[in-house]
Amino acid sequence: MLELERYELFEGPAYKFELERRDFLKVLGGGMVLFVLLHDPAEAQESGRARGGGAMPQNIGAWIHIAEDGNVTVYTGKVEVGQNARTSLTQVVAEELRAPVSSIKLVMGDTDLTPFDRGTFGSLTTPTMVPQLRKAGAAAREALIDLAVEKWKTDRASITVADGKVKNSTNGEAIGFGELTRGQQLVKTIDGAALTPATKWTVEGTSVTKTTARDMVTGGHKFASDIARPGMLVGRVLRPTAFNSKLSSVDMSKVSAVPGATALHDGEFVGVAAPDEVALEKAIGAIKAEWKADAQISNKDLFAFLKNHPAQREGGGGGRSSPEHGSVEQGLQASEHKLDATYTIAYIAHTPMEPRAAVAEWKDGKLTVWTGTQRPFGVKSELAEAFGIPENKVRVLMPDTGAGYGGKHTGECAIEAARLAKAAGKPVKVIWTREEEFTWAYFRPSGVIEIRSGVAKDGAIAAWEFHNYNSGPSGIETPYDIPNKKIEFHPTQYPLRQGSYRGLAATANHFARESHMDDLAAAAGMDPLEFRLKNLKDARLRAVLQAAAEKFGWGKTKSSPTRGFGLACGFEKGGYIASCAEISIAPPGGKVKIERVVNAFECGAIVNPEHLKNQVEGAVVMGIGGALFEAIEFDNGRILNPHLAKYRVPRFSDTPALETILLDRKDLPSAGAGETPIVALAPAVGNAIFHATGTRIRALPMAPNGLSGKTETQPTA
Amino acid sequence: MELVVNQKHYRLEVHPDRMLLWVLRDDLELTGSKYGCGEGQCGACTVLIDGAPTRSCITPAAKVAGKQITTIEGIAQGGKLSPLQEAFIQADAMQCGYCTPGMIMSGTGLLRKTPHPAEPEIRRAMEGNVCRCGTYPRIVAAVQLAERLMSGGHHA
Repeated sequence: MLELERYELFEGPAYKFELERRDFLKVLGGGMVLFVLLHDPAEAQESGRARGGGAMPQNIGAWIHIAEDGNVTVYTGKVEVGQNARTSLTQVVAEELRAPVSSIKLVMGDTDLTPFDRGTFGSLTTPTMVPQLRKAGAAAREALIDLAVEKWKTDRASITVADGKVKNSTNGEAIGFGELTRGQQLVKTIDGAALTPATKWTVEGTSVTKTTARDMVTGGHKFASDIARPGMLVGRVLRPTAFNSKLSSVDMSKVSAVPGATALHDGEFVGVAAPDEVALEKAIGAIKAEWKADAQISNKDLFAFLKNHPAQREGGGGGRSSPEHGSVEQGLQASEHKLDATYTIAYIAHTPMEPRAAVAEWKDGKLTVWTGTQRPFGVKSELAEAFGIPENKVRVLMPDTGAGYGGKHTGECAIEAARLAKAAGKPVKVIWTREEEFTWAYFRPSGVIEIRSGVAKDGAIAAWEFHNYNSGPSGIETPYDIPNKKIEFHPTQYPLRQGSYRGLAATANHFARESHMDDLAAAAGMDPLEFRLKNLKDARLRAVLQAAAEKFGWGKTKSSPTRGFGLACGFEKGGYIASCAEISIAPPGGKVKIERVVNAFECGAIVNPEHLKNQVEGAVVMGIGGALFEAIEFDNGRILNPHLAKYRVPRFSDTPALETILLDRKDLPSAGAGETPIVALAPAVGNAIFHATGTRIRALPMAPNGLSGKTETQPTA
Repeated sequence: MELVVNQKHYRLEVHPDRMLLWVLRDDLELTGSKYGCGEGQCGACTVLIDGAPTRSCITPAAKVAGKQITTIEGIAQGGKLSPLQEAFIQADAMQCGYCTPGMIMSGTGLLRKTPHPAEPEIRRAMEGNVCRCGTYPRIVAAVQLAERLMSGGHHA
């Protein structure tokens, strides 16, 4: 069971109201429906269905419908945000159902049609939904065979299923799925049929093209921000001048001069709906509002603040620490070299290219919202709660969305659109501006990490003490074999709204740990690769490390003041990554450019090699920003760089030559890959800077303005 | 005011302050051009004006009246994808797909002006387009593949 990250623990709704069985079947029409029952308590918990009961669809993970026309529709609460789950899940069903990929359609994240799902996060789609759909596909195949046996009055051995057809070897007849199920309404609940082993895959394990690729390149795909409804207005919220503000006065009398505009003041909420964005700007500008807020801290005081403000109450998952193994003090005493260092991690923004967007429509007492979210069922609950209506009066639809990276877990934009639509009596679309996205969304948590360590004469790590303040516990455990260790996560108070992010704290924890590993190697006078291998038993991690190092040509060229080589590795969420980086440092100012990165990644049996490679590459490119230059600056409740002109994200010119090695372990279950490949890049780059210059940088981002002024060297002994 | 979009002529009444992006999206229902930043920094809204890549989010519609405007919806001919569209699919040059229309329009503009761009020219020409999913190397590969497809599969 994969543990959920602290910041991904959201409470499920208190009540759920489901479609009645007969209503549900009416929606689907005839044909065959298969429900995947969840018997594994971990899976049930993941899908929020721990409660049993007779009424369908309790404890259901997914369902598959084979229509009378032979079209196969798969219903899953997971969503598509660019990680290509739509394609991989289609492959899984195609594999087990022995049907062409093109005959299978996925309905994803539609709260009226798909089973409840907690959300698409934590790299859980592959380890949890893939097995469920495999079972569903296999069971559907077996059910079709049952029908064929009955139809042809023959035995199962003479029936085969291939290419979307059921064939009878005794008489040579073949029949489509639709014909076989026609005139029947079959409901089967299944929990197991023989699955195809990875070594026998013909569809899984291949690079099936993104199923929506054509719609993406023609502009035909409708993202949430592209949805239009009859009579729809556009909406916007008047934002406070600072975080944690209270509205002290508001005058909306001038808004009525803007034709077609509706203004709304409800508690702390002030917003406008208007026919087009010019009218919207005018209407928002016509509101006079005053806000009051207390003084708030600046990013310059951030790290001292985190250290000095422990969380007052541990909530939702809380802190995590493993018991001390051995004795750190004794380990330190026995060490030849001792190190003590502090690392800091800035707040960064997800910056999905599609900002939060929602279209809301009220009709006959029911609220329908199209929105880009990783938690459609969570947003449904938020809407029901915000408007005091039953959950069965809310439908949330999640069109494949312009990315999330952990940044779209919440439903604020949906609530805003719905509130304005209610006030205007018409559908309303709200698309957050880029400035709103940079200010009123949430950030990857900042953090402070402290490490004390010691290494024996022979290069064996003897002591390891690791404290993470605020950024989170994922990836906090060291993979190295250390007899004396103490590892703790300390929740703190924090000044900005913070939440999930791709890889989350694993990036911070790997940055600190893997930077520190190179300092220990240097103290012990060992090569960083040799030092890691000496202290590492985990065979899967060793495999990626050695694969990356070999491809990179590790050790063949020595670092120089203008060119550096570094490596790092780690594992998280079932995936194993090693990154080797080559950097150049250009005077004046010491601008750092990442020239080449070799990655080796392993996450069990590979479902789609090309899409996996794309994810690994993308994670590394995204990781460049957090490693070198991305940081949210803030002061007194305001974000100081809420524009792409001021908040730099990686662009074409920042992209290194990328080489990716995928280790395919067909003997191991498939794990997710959207997050883990990001975690080794920052320490690999930091280590390359260290080997080139002798300067150890212990702050993310490492070189927002080049290396000038960076004078830190060895950690204190 | 008359707008010529994808060779179709539209007569519209448009407020002089309205940006082309919103006229395309909301009035003409051509939603392939995307809002990403509203300040010309991300390229998601890129269209061609008389063949040149232009940020429609900061271009008043009134300024381009009568000019040839090409959007992502206008580059496939009779259902046949353009070489660059085809190349984006083959190179798997996308993840979420939100930046894709802008990328394809910038790349189309580049290939019209420079039919055989070297890799650094591609990167320079596309620098104003952001792909947060990080598919840049694949987008470069797609432009190179389109260049080969357009020159009959031979290197220039």
